Amino acid sequence: MVEPLTNPLEADAPGPVIELIDAGKTYTSGTIEFEALKGINLAIHEGEYVAIMGPSGSGKSTIMNILGCLDTLTRGQYRLGGTDVEELDEIELASVRNQQIGFVFQGFNLLSSLPAWRNVELPLVYGHVPREERKKRASRALERVGLGDRLDNKPGEMSGGQQQRVAVARALVGEPTMILADEPTGNLDSVSTRDVLSLFDELNNLGRTIVLITHELEVAQRARRIVWVKDGAIVRDEVNAA
Amino acid sequence: MTWMESFRTSWSAVYSHALRSMLTILGILIGIAAVILTVGLGLGTQLDVSAQISSLGSNLLIVAPGSSTSTTGARGGFGTSATLTIKDAEALTSTVNAPDISGVAPESTTSLSLTANDTNWTTTVTGTTTAWTSVRQRTLARGAFFTQAQADASAAVVVLGSETANELFGTQNVVGQSVVISDKTFQVVGVLATAGSDSSSNLDDVAIVPFSTAATDLVGGTASNAVSTIYLQAASDTQLSAAYQEADALLLNLHSISSTDDADFTISSQDALVSTATAVYQTLTILLTGVAGLSLLVGGIGVMNIMLVSVSERTREIGLRKALGAPPWAIRRQFLIEAAILGLSGGILGAVIGVVAALTLPAVIGSSIVVSPLAVGLSIGVAIAIGIVFGVYPATRAAKLAPIDALRSE
Ligand SMILES: Nc1ncnc2c1ncn2[C@@H]1O[C@H](COP(=O)(O)OP(=O)(O)O)[C@@H](O)[C@H]1O
Ligand SMILES: [Mg+2]
Repeated sequence: MVEPLTNPLEADAPGPVIELIDAGKTYTSGTIEFEALKGINLAIHEGEYVAIMGPSGSGKSTIMNILGCLDTLTRGQYRLGGTDVEELDEIELASVRNQQIGFVFQGFNLLSSLPAWRNVELPLVYGHVPREERKKRASRALERVGLGDRLDNKPGEMSGGQQQRVAVARALVGEPTMILADEPTGNLDSVSTRDVLSLFDELNNLGRTIVLITHELEVAQRARRIVWVKDGAIVRDEVNAA
Repeated sequence: MTWMESFRTSWSAVYSHALRSMLTILGILIGIAAVILTVGLGLGTQLDVSAQISSLGSNLLIVAPGSSTSTTGARGGFGTSATLTIKDAEALTSTVNAPDISGVAPESTTSLSLTANDTNWTTTVTGTTTAWTSVRQRTLARGAFFTQAQADASAAVVVLGSETANELFGTQNVVGQSVVISDKTFQVVGVLATAGSDSSSNLDDVAIVPFSTAATDLVGGTASNAVSTIYLQAASDTQLSAAYQEADALLLNLHSISSTDDADFTISSQDALVSTATAVYQTLTILLTGVAGLSLLVGGIGVMNIMLVSVSERTREIGLRKALGAPPWAIRRQFLIEAAILGLSGGILGAVIGVVAALTLPAVIGSSIVVSPLAVGLSIGVAIAIGIVFGVYPATRAAKLAPIDALRSE
């Protein structure tokens, strides 16, 4: 099922890979409660390239954490590939994150003590891939992001753009069904931003589902569909005309 | 994630915080080395003591005044009325009543000042019989032991220990010289060969005189016939218990005592002395090992402390690993192995240092240290166990971190 879907509203499309149904999230710290998600409905199909767009504090990262099975809803349902994730235990959730999701964070989140290829192979380590194959696949992923000559460099020896490309390589090395990126260009200059975004374009062309979170319209416009979020609710969901 | 993979991850964590890891390892190391040394010292002392007791002479029985079986009643003992006398010793030489006893050496000992020329030296003056050298298994370096004729004549002759001769004359070549003991001039007839020291006395700092001479010239009064110890030599190993029974029966009879329980003397064999001494040193060893074990406990708490620091310092890393698909058990295992590595390194280094110290220290402190492979193996095992036991809590804490909280932490 690598056929990319251009129109999420197509009637005869297979069931959505991601489905949020009346999803709500209330943060509780002490006696203070804060409703970060106010019952949102969202369906994303395999092969889509969706930007989640909104101002700071609107609940974008909360959505990403839910989609990435890093956090749980306080209301409603999150169905991933047709399964209600609430039914999964911790070990199954770990396996879902490992097999189906590739993360790209704003702050890169690389392990500074490990060289690039060791950072990239981490998902494979937890995916029980044999050692020799891991190194091969990690090298290939780093070549894909244009860092074939930086396998042994540690994060500290690379620029921000290069580090984020290492993170992208790590997200794609396990060939997950979807890539979740939370403000991946937030810490990058314009050249690096362009590099990373064109990587996402390529990946999407290869059929990978991409959810890109950003507060910059320019970045959002690289996606084929833009979901506008404000104050924990979806205010607009449109096919990107640009 | 394979064990090998967990190990590699844990190792790089230990390695990348080298100083901190070394300090933690040091805590375990000191504990393990201390345990190996105390156990080794305890075992070594036990061996030394049994060797010294055995060096008293083979097939030896030792008769001492006083009862060892009871604390009630006035039956005499050390320092009270003389319950063992030269008469007892003479009776024990009978080949009819005591056929299994081949040698009898009574000893009466007094601490006295010896004077040679202008030099004074205080030593233990022992009055005994000519059988002494064979029973106590001593040989002479110079001259000869006093003869039966000299003993019969209560001659003023003395045999000096090698150290005593050195202290008095500055040389051991002293046969024919004179020594004044209690205002009486003695002639030196021999010097004993060096024998070292036993658990209670220096065997080379002695002056040996005929019993009769000691009784008349040095002790005097009612105590003059008293002996402090009678050494008995059994004719052979197999005759030791027969010799024991003969001596016991004979002395009870002489002292007109009907029951062994009421005896006013104690006969002990080397075996008995060895086992008593062994028991004492075993207790001491256990106590000291307990103290050393406490330092291991402190080392273990150090491991826990560092592991907790490690977990909180690497919360973000834990979050990331979880986001990338690490199940809780993989995280727990990673930190447990890390703690075990700290424990094992401390154990091995501690064992190495303990063994090296055990091999070099005896030359300095003069007592043996026995390195028991069991103690070494056990303490390394204990070190790993300590690492793991004290690592469980921090590792479980790491495994339980919610991925999102861990990722968010700064
Ligand atoms: N752990 C939390 N506890 C309490 N409030 C939180 C927590 N995380 C986020 N929030 C609040 O939820 C809202 C949405 O946060 P977030 O999803 O991070 O927004 P965005 O990523 O769009 O900037 C913000 O107002 C934020 O303060
Ligand atoms: Mg955010």
